[in-house]
Amino acid sequence: MWTWFHKLASPPHFYSLSATMIPWFAIPGIGLVAYGTYAGLFLAPADYQQGDAFRIIYVHVPAAYLSMMTYMVMAISAGIGLIWRIKLSHAVSAGAAPLGAWFTFLALITGSIWGRPMWGTWWEWGDPRLTSQLLMLFIYFGYMALRAAIDDPAKADKASGILAMVGAVNIPIIHFSVEWWSSLHQGATLVREGGPAMPVEMLYPLLANILGFTFIFGALLLGRVRTEVLFRERRKRWVRNLVFPEGGDA
Amino acid sequence: MTGDSSNMPDIWTAFTGVIRRDVLLAWKRPGDVLNPLFFFAMVSTLFPLAIGPSPEQLQFSGPGVVWVAALLATLLSLNSLFLSDHEDGSLDQLILSPQPLPLLALGKSIAHWLTTGLPLVFVSPVIAVTFQMPSKTISIMMLTLAFGTVSLSLLGSIGAALTVGLHRGTALLSLLILPLAMPILIFGARTVSLSAADDAVTAGIYFLAAYCMLALTLAPFATAAALRISNE
Repeated sequence: MWTWFHKLASPPHFYSLSATMIPWFAIPGIGLVAYGTYAGLFLAPADYQQGDAFRIIYVHVPAAYLSMMTYMVMAISAGIGLIWRIKLSHAVSAGAAPLGAWFTFLALITGSIWGRPMWGTWWEWGDPRLTSQLLMLFIYFGYMALRAAIDDPAKADKASGILAMVGAVNIPIIHFSVEWWSSLHQGATLVREGGPAMPVEMLYPLLANILGFTFIFGALLLGRVRTEVLFRERRKRWVRNLVFPEGGDA
Repeated sequence: MTGDSSNMPDIWTAFTGVIRRDVLLAWKRPGDVLNPLFFFAMVSTLFPLAIGPSPEQLQFSGPGVVWVAALLATLLSLNSLFLSDHEDGSLDQLILSPQPLPLLALGKSIAHWLTTGLPLVFVSPVIAVTFQMPSKTISIMMLTLAFGTVSLSLLGSIGAALTVGLHRGTALLSLLILPLAMPILIFGARTVSLSAADDAVTAGIYFLAAYCMLALTLAPFATAAALRISNE
């Protein structure tokens, strides 16, 4: 039953499998984002209160959602790597961290731009989600800095894996303590009782973008893990055979 | 012990032994204990000089200033938590010892709190008085600092264990621990502010106490795992 799992965890197999999988993520992702962005910018009606300014939601919400999801991916794969000692899942963590930092950065920038017309200021410390996103960015930076500071890759994997798991315990606490601290951000409109508080013409493009961003994230992650695996296994025979198919020496 | 042939000390002896050793070491090198306290006082002095001496402003910013200074002082001292043990090889002995490493890591954290957190709690009223803090608020502040510094010692020990032996350890430790320490800072400083405004403080104190319990139960395991990785 576990053979498929072991097979997936073997770097050469993953390398060839990911090559076929990337288009399966990239093509629907680009299609969904193209639809979502067009429909969001041109077809969806303007908000009765915020006017056209609300349209930044089509970038902001997917980025903010992925900044959290990427951390989940990172922490879970780090946990799998620590518990079952699978090198590939450490490579997944290593590949996910910069993506997560970029999504967090994107969410912060779009949140700040959105805040300018809504609150009349680029940055509002009273807004808990903006603040917790900023802390999230620092957590990603810490993770990447720890990884970069340790020379031995196996040691870097394990140490940063522990940090990722400690962060996973702390992030909900940080999120809610910043939330309780004070609140200015608009309430959740997507996930709440009685369905989303949004007309469907606005909602569908947003859902399409969230799904599309997720697919693109999958494609980018696979690409990053591919190069990471190739780099880590650079002294192995299968990589040499890949680079020099004729069997010649370097 | 049930008459085992080995003369291995039991768990409790090992645990208290780690604490006693570190407290004794700190006693012999009082600079290690005093430096964070001086740093704490210095940082607190910076704010009235930078913001201005008006009593209303100081009263308003006092809780935040004391808490930020306490956080930074604790962080400063955390860097050396495992450093000398790493350099003279006693960390290897701790890891190799048959006693459970999480328990020994807990002992190290408790010793760290006894030599930095606890003195900080007792020095803080002096700072608080200069910020015109009322006496009722001072006792609340000491309580929040007591819970908060225990949590910081435990949380920080994870970071110290991860960065021990790295060249750029100090800056890295701050980068790793500061974002994770935000809930402690938020609830610590806000609870003191609320107390100064004659508002209810129990919720904040309960939160800090709960965080402290969580850190006491989980952090030693993470620290032990990190020590094993850093020292392999």
